[in-house]
Amino acid sequence: MQALLARSAATWFLGATGVTNAVRLSGGASQETWSFDIIHPDGPIGAILRRAPTGYGAAPERAAGLNTEAVLMQRAYAAGVPSPRVLHVLQPQDGLGTGFIMQRVEGETIPRKILRDQQFAEARPKLARQIGTILAGIHGLALTDLPELRTMTPAREIAELERDYRSFDWPRPVFELALRWLRDHDPGASAEVTLVHGDFRHGNLIIGPDGVRAVLDWELAHVGDPLEDLGWVCVNSWRFGEIDKPVGGFGSREELFAGYERAGRHVNADRVHFWEVMGTLRWGVMCCGMMARFRTGPEHSIERAMIGRRASETEIDLLRLLAPRGGRWDAG
Amino acid sequence: MQDEPTPEELTRAVADFLRRDLAPGMTGHDAFRLRVAINALDLVTRQLELSARSDAAEVERLSHLLGVQGSLGELNGVLAGRIAAGEVDLQTPGIAEHVWQTTMDKLAVDQPNYASYQRERKKS
Repeated sequence: MQALLARSAATWFLGATGVTNAVRLSGGASQETWSFDIIHPDGPIGAILRRAPTGYGAAPERAAGLNTEAVLMQRAYAAGVPSPRVLHVLQPQDGLGTGFIMQRVEGETIPRKILRDQQFAEARPKLARQIGTILAGIHGLALTDLPELRTMTPAREIAELERDYRSFDWPRPVFELALRWLRDHDPGASAEVTLVHGDFRHGNLIIGPDGVRAVLDWELAHVGDPLEDLGWVCVNSWRFGEIDKPVGGFGSREELFAGYERAGRHVNADRVHFWEVMGTLRWGVMCCGMMARFRTGPEHSIERAMIGRRASETEIDLLRLLAPRGGRWDAG
Repeated sequence: MQDEPTPEELTRAVADFLRRDLAPGMTGHDAFRLRVAINALDLVTRQLELSARSDAAEVERLSHLLGVQGSLGELNGVLAGRIAAGEVDLQTPGIAEHVWQTTMDKLAVDQPNYASYQRERKKS
């Protein structure tokens, strides 16, 4: 691996004399992330490779594909959205499969550390507003400059969630109630469609003591209602215990909306709420998907199995959204 | 009849062994995976202790609400089908109470430390 990376780097990084410290960070069989340092007379340059090994070219239906991700990251970087700089898009002659190499951004992605560690104490109160500003930047990218992406509407997303849920063949009355609520409250296609990041949440943000340093993982990017990103970042599953601070456990919706609107964009709180309900159900369906992969996949990962047992967390959150206790039915 | 110790006594003993004797010596990814394994055993212990009673109560509520008899899985299938068909919703008498109780019972096994569950427990 290190030799392949060194041969590749020599072709696109002027003065690179080799590659060191190559370690695989994560990923399943179809996608890998590697960290390495490019050796250079001016000092080492930290880099990250994201790739699908040769033979794993076909992206799943929903994923934008690594080449598309690379372009989106480049456009975001150029527009001033915190983003790693893309150094190289893999070519066949690299012999590394498909994917791209980007600059490594130092910082933290582990939610519990970001929400508890002293070094982030000053950043935390500012993050909800900053996230609003960053999302406004993403939604402001000109669609004409972007690669072709799936166009999604609320109705289409409800249909896909329902199809996935039914494929598990396991009755879940709370998910049924949520699907019904979503259909009854479908706000219709958004009048304005923009680039939607699609997975803007803890884990996909590199955060430093100074705030958000990079937005990662554009795999689920699509074109659709920009407010989907605002709803998703408020899903309770991304608050990691700080349940009274809807925006990633950092702050309030009002702060998020203020940052977003200050950047010249408009918020419709009802639509954001709709997307929060949708996002909560989506994470629940994804947990069920982890369970399905645990049962059928070769890896037999306990971690994946245990994520399957988190679906009930989204059920209680859906009930808190759709049938809050203290309401009509237990008033007597 | 199977002999003692009970399954939950065994899973609890294994989890305690892993937690007290093995976990302190582990680092890095192995420590993380061991923690996940201990969490899984703890979940199994809770399910062994709690689910017989909560499953029985759920069957009784469902039979009453739906007016049919069946296994827990069958009854949940009927309820899910009626919600999907639009015959039952959160305004149907007894449904909100039922799904709340069922969900609270699931969280008591799956993730008793989940903050939303802790908050709701204080309400009941």
